[in-house]
Amino acid sequence: MTGSSGLRTDARRTAWLLAPALAWMGLFFVLPLMVVFLISFATRSAYGGVEWAFTPANYRDLADPLYLRIYLRSCVMALATTGVCLVLGFPLAYHMARAPARWQGIWLVLVLIPFWTNFLVRTYAWMNLLRADGLLNTALIGAGVMRAPVEILYSDLAVLIGLVYGYLPFMVLPLYAAIERLDRSLLEAARDLYAPGWAVFTRVIVPLTKPGIIAGCLLVFIPSLGAYITPDLLGGARSMMIGNFIQHEYLVVRDWPLGSAASFVLMAIVVAGLWGYQRAGGVRA
Amino acid sequence: MQANPSVELREVVKRHGSTPAVESLSLSVRHGEFFSILGPSGSGKTTTLRLIAGFEHPDQGDILIDGRSVLDVPPNLRPVNLVFQQYALFPHLTVFGNVAFGLEMRGVARAEIRSRVDAALGMVQLSGKEARVPAQLSGGEQQRVALARALVNRPAVVLLDEPLGALDQQLRQEMQGELKAIQERVGLTFICVTHHQEEALTMSDRVAVMDRGRVLQVGAPKEIYGAPASLFVAEFVGLSNRVDGRIIAVDGTRCRIEAPGLPAIQADAPAGAGPGNPVALVVRPERLHLSQPSASNGFDNVVPARVAKTVYNGHEMQYQLHVAERLSWTVRVQNDNGGQKPFLPGDAVAVRWNCDDGVVLAR
Amino acid sequence: MMRDPRKAWLRAASLGIMMFLYLPIAVLVVYSFNAAKLSTAWQGLSLQWYALLARDHALLVALQNSLLIAAVSTAIATLLGVSAAVGIERLPWRRRTWLDGAFLLPLVMPEVMMGVALLLFFVLIKMPLGLLTVTIGHAVFNVPVVTMIVRARLRKLDPHLEEAARDLGATPWQAFRRVTLPLVRPSVIGAALLAFTVSLDDFVVTFFTAGPGATTLPLKVYSMIKTGISPEINALSAMLVVVSMALVGLSLVMQRTNEK
Repeated sequence: MTGSSGLRTDARRTAWLLAPALAWMGLFFVLPLMVVFLISFATRSAYGGVEWAFTPANYRDLADPLYLRIYLRSCVMALATTGVCLVLGFPLAYHMARAPARWQGIWLVLVLIPFWTNFLVRTYAWMNLLRADGLLNTALIGAGVMRAPVEILYSDLAVLIGLVYGYLPFMVLPLYAAIERLDRSLLEAARDLYAPGWAVFTRVIVPLTKPGIIAGCLLVFIPSLGAYITPDLLGGARSMMIGNFIQHEYLVVRDWPLGSAASFVLMAIVVAGLWGYQRAGGVRA
Repeated sequence: MQANPSVELREVVKRHGSTPAVESLSLSVRHGEFFSILGPSGSGKTTTLRLIAGFEHPDQGDILIDGRSVLDVPPNLRPVNLVFQQYALFPHLTVFGNVAFGLEMRGVARAEIRSRVDAALGMVQLSGKEARVPAQLSGGEQQRVALARALVNRPAVVLLDEPLGALDQQLRQEMQGELKAIQERVGLTFICVTHHQEEALTMSDRVAVMDRGRVLQVGAPKEIYGAPASLFVAEFVGLSNRVDGRIIAVDGTRCRIEAPGLPAIQADAPAGAGPGNPVALVVRPERLHLSQPSASNGFDNVVPARVAKTVYNGHEMQYQLHVAERLSWTVRVQNDNGGQKPFLPGDAVAVRWNCDDGVVLAR
Repeated sequence: MMRDPRKAWLRAASLGIMMFLYLPIAVLVVYSFNAAKLSTAWQGLSLQWYALLARDHALLVALQNSLLIAAVSTAIATLLGVSAAVGIERLPWRRRTWLDGAFLLPLVMPEVMMGVALLLFFVLIKMPLGLLTVTIGHAVFNVPVVTMIVRARLRKLDPHLEEAARDLGATPWQAFRRVTLPLVRPSVIGAALLAFTVSLDDFVVTFFTAGPGATTLPLKVYSMIKTGISPEINALSAMLVVVSMALVGLSLVMQRTNEK
């Protein structure tokens, strides 16, 4: 029977479409990751080289309280960033989605412009504001709120502000998409069925926009966790996060095996988060 | 050439995974006929159409167009054109661009494309709308573009997948007549898939009724409606009143049927019927006569009943009758019968019919 | 119409958040015209920092490098990404799942890790770090970006359109060229635009894969910030803000023409 010949040609054609991208990603993404994975089990030689071995020592070393504190700080920072972004992003997204169509477009552009603006530039903008002799201190002293300038720059607070500022659009956009899709008559139906405002919010709006909420939270949490620029520029010596730690191990200490192990732990946290998202029904979104 | 059927399916089998979509299907469609495949959703009728168009490949069997097997012919080289259910008009092309697409693919000369597209659009009464894009057209107009896009190629067979399914009731009835008229004018073979029995009966030269991947009956609309070959066909095509019973006696061409709660019924005997056979008698609502219980006239069968409900339909009155325990029938009476007073719910009535008004089918 | 107090509250909150988003940028732009060198005090309007930028040869080279890398990596990512998107959408559902994961991973992978992995790999295969390695790196994280955007558009297309084209005599390639491609073109352009911007903006992967010779604009900005606050950065930043506004505008114009 030659009945399936057409299907077989289709399959071959599909394979040719996929092959270049798969080859490219295999060579420059999967292979490098495997190298990192292998090196994470190697040991460091005297002058910063790699000595091939197979030992879980690097992962054991990471359990050191000094390193654990960096991981913990990163997770707390990323969670705090996600929380603040959600609290700030929801009212904005809701307002955008309920605005007249013409205004929705304008709001969207206003959220998109920072999103497309260079991340370094946006972080640098806060350095200007948060410095001891920066505009924020000058303004506060001028207004008589404070007498002496407070150094906010190079602190955890500055890092948090920078992360929220950097990733807020990632929260607003999926939230907006979810709320915009919400059928307005559902809210009216809830009202009609005697729900007070807060109940409309918790019983109707939140469950129906959950996919957007979860997507927004992941889009903020993941890059915050691995953030490099923000803690590097806005944080102080004690504000190191995982990203900086990995970079430090690689380029300063030149302990590649330890850096590799550290980056795999980071990826494990990210993948675990995503897996949880899929289990929580993110697929249905 | 004319000796061969236009389209022939020979024992075609198609499975989706392990569930069979089409089972050992054989069909033969004549040249220039309007052939409908009628069936409920999931009966395999759309799969049949896609097999002919070339979007699905049969697991077994053969498909012939004008006597030549097309199994190895890809969709773009088959001499058939499909009118898709949701039309699948190219949203980025104008009406002209859509209709011209097939001719361009075949490398037809520009001037000829122009004149053939004009003619096709004229046939579906869309002249003057060449420059619109599909989004600017009404549902009915989109349907006409889809039809013109197929007709313009003068294919050996035009395939239509629920062609009127997306239209509202009024438009649907208008288009039924028009579609048939166009088909007669162009003289092409049309194969139309539908779940709408009225559509199939009014437009088609012949109808195939399908269920669960099998063809149950092929015939002219009159045969399908008047002489259904099976209970499924009888009940799927048109409204029918059914009573289950058992043959108690066969006398030449007639038989007597016993059904619980009813007097013995006279009917035309089905071929090969014998006493004891479980059967069902099926009578169309318009073949039943309703009268006062006392009235007497020469019908073969008289059954007492009680009016349960009446529905006024304008041109006719529809009576819902309680005939026996858990048996209710529908009778339609035209409203022009010379001032006869309608019956009211609760009235006792007599239902009368002759042997040739009903069909006896095996259960 | 009654004025809803809840709406007023939402409006105020939204305006406040907009202030938060735009105040730092606005301050940056305003101060790029400040004559003062070191203080926040306003000492008069001046274009001297822009003049300084125009004379900065190293900056010009960095800009050239950035544009070159962005153009080449976007071209690679768009070609590979679009064909992969079409390929994946043609696969049966079962076989799509693991590819979904494979194309999602680079999108969620922390940038630092991608930078580290590429650095190790290039060092290991003894490929000299430079413009080429940076370009490869950018094309790696941009392939899934393009694929994701184009797939989203492909999924919204009526699957019968390509069948209709085939039914009307088009070969698979003709059906793609004449029907699918025109319909996804806006998303392809949008994806390319985004890939270009992401490449222009990227710091982390570039930082790890650049090596000494290949300075890009973000690397230059970074070193300027690290060596000390200078109004010259303000001027450069202000210009980058204007460029990103232009890019947003461009992408919107593309969408408009698409909707028409």
